[in-house]
Amino acid sequence: MERQLMTGNEAMAEAALRAGCRAYFGYPITPQNELLEYMARRMPQVGGAFVQAESEVAAINMCYGAAAAGVRVMTSSSSPGVSLKMEGISYMAGADLPVVVVNVARGGPGLGNIAPAQGDYFQATKGGGHGDYRMIVLAPSTVNEAAALTQLAFDLADKYRVPAMVLADGMLGQMMEPVELPPFVDVGSLPPKPWALSGAQGREPNYVASFALDPYDLRELNRRRLARYQQIEAHEVRWEEVQTEDAEVLLVAYGTMGRIAKTVVRLARAEGTRAGLLRPITLWPFPYGPIRRLAQRIPVVLTVELSMGQMVEDVRLAVEGRAQTPFYGEMGGVVPTPRDILQEVKAHALQRGKHEAGVRPA
Amino acid sequence: MPKGTAVIDRERCKGCGVCLATCPFGVLEFTGEFNSSGYPVAQMAHPEKCTGCGLCALVCPDVAIEVHREEKVAA
Amino acid sequence: MRSSVENMKPVFVRPKSLSDKKFTYCPGCHHGLITRILAQVIDELGIQERTVMVAPVGCAVFAYEWFRCDGVQAAHGRAAAVATGIKRVRPDLVVISYQGDGDLAAIGLAETIHAANRGEKISVIFVNNQIYGMTGGQMAPTTLVGQHATSCPEGRNPQEAGYPIRMAELLATLEAPVYVARLALFDPKHVLETTKAVRKALTYQVQGKGYSFVEILANCPTGWRMSPVQANKHIAAVVTKAFPLGEFVDKG
Repeated sequence: MERQLMTGNEAMAEAALRAGCRAYFGYPITPQNELLEYMARRMPQVGGAFVQAESEVAAINMCYGAAAAGVRVMTSSSSPGVSLKMEGISYMAGADLPVVVVNVARGGPGLGNIAPAQGDYFQATKGGGHGDYRMIVLAPSTVNEAAALTQLAFDLADKYRVPAMVLADGMLGQMMEPVELPPFVDVGSLPPKPWALSGAQGREPNYVASFALDPYDLRELNRRRLARYQQIEAHEVRWEEVQTEDAEVLLVAYGTMGRIAKTVVRLARAEGTRAGLLRPITLWPFPYGPIRRLAQRIPVVLTVELSMGQMVEDVRLAVEGRAQTPFYGEMGGVVPTPRDILQEVKAHALQRGKHEAGVRPA
Repeated sequence: MPKGTAVIDRERCKGCGVCLATCPFGVLEFTGEFNSSGYPVAQMAHPEKCTGCGLCALVCPDVAIEVHREEKVAA
Repeated sequence: MRSSVENMKPVFVRPKSLSDKKFTYCPGCHHGLITRILAQVIDELGIQERTVMVAPVGCAVFAYEWFRCDGVQAAHGRAAAVATGIKRVRPDLVVISYQGDGDLAAIGLAETIHAANRGEKISVIFVNNQIYGMTGGQMAPTTLVGQHATSCPEGRNPQEAGYPIRMAELLATLEAPVYVARLALFDPKHVLETTKAVRKALTYQVQGKGYSFVEILANCPTGWRMSPVQANKHIAAVVTKAFPLGEFVDKG
């Protein structure tokens, strides 16, 4: 492992190249520009294709072409640009094409601002594009993890023939941290893609399409896709737990917020409140099972997000009434301090204590 | 004039009539026959007039016509 | 009635690069003819085993299935971007984007112009029939002034809907394209000229010269409410006046 000091944007770009990514198509948007610029410089050095596209729409459709031709391909953008990519992501899901999409998310809706936010959770995990499909969504909380998850995204996208997203935010994209870079994979050693467009030489033609006019044909394609999605749900759920063993309040937070929540756990414990953290790493598939198990014995499951409350819906689905499920969020690119969240944790622990002592909550 | 023939794939023909309008010798006609899709099918109504020029096939939008022509007899 | 082809030599046979599938087009539609011309040129150049067909959304949505070549179905208007993605990672493949006027000149105008402007080494076949055929005959960016369509029932009014876009002339203003031409198919002579232009476009791509664009004035008998023969005459008499034929760029 090679250790370097890099921004999140640069780390994800370099990790992609090391994962065998040989095509990148993008469009400038803050706060992900450094990723595009890094690729402009580095992609030619590894013999890959780089195009600064005329739009995010064009960029994702260039990805469609390169993925159809069997190459590991990536695009990156930030929230408004990712909205534009949703058409192409739906088509790629429908054509069973692997692609890695990085969203260095920012404040929204609309033009919003360029500060870190988590308002794109629904778009990423609930099908931001049209139709019945799923996308693997990986949420790093450090620059080092951003690099590792970018590499994982390529492997999972190829393995299951699905689009995969790395959902970061402006803070992760811009901050510098030490990164342990993985070695370069040998592109020739990657599993072959016999379905790819390579010229119908000595075989029947390959067709890549998301089109099936007959409803029974399309149902069959969707059923096969569903079977793959179920495999992903069974095998690819990833999460991190911090001091959940004896916790009386469980924090659930991902990405940048997950990182801040770790500090909150430490501060809370220093002040006598037994807090713990579950940090989803895969947002889809979501760690419903692990949260459900913890909710059987932890009475308060507090979801903390940089949004008005999106992931909290999945947390409540996981908890299914087994515990209280309060929410704390900040919006518009405002990032709360660990102390802000600590107040919430303590308030809920206190309320819980009163409740157990027979005092009705105010 | 050389002799030729047009072989019409009756299931591909959609009866658009462009070949009839294009044939310089009035070889092709609709003779009231329909294919399984219900389209009227162009027919070699006057085969003796066909020179094998190939214009009917050249303009056929459904690639339903193949044209063959007699080999020129060596002088 | 003579039907034997014994002792005869073939003058015109089905191109090998065509698949066996029957076209889904209406009777008389030029899409089929253009498909045949492409297949014939692919045969002549011997590139069937390295050609990739990019199909649009529209009447030609199945275009990827008409050929014995690898094929991909693009989102509406995005064919030039998809073709770019393929060609950039597999420059050895011959990439043909086949698009209609709504696809190429309306929703996909940005992708069209920028692929041309980058000089992507692809060939774009632009089927200009001045109407949205697949969706039932709405006004296209190429619909003639005064032409009736379901979304301009009184005829295209330039005060509201502007004028037909001349894509070949527009792309000819760019530096990068190596071949830009407009052809038609209303009689055998013009079918042969179109074939020649398609051959040139694909040859330039095979030679690695750059971006080529062949606009073909096509009919839409169903959408125009004309018989196929009438529709072809209409192209010769009327459509070619609004869209002059010719080679606008040839840097071969």
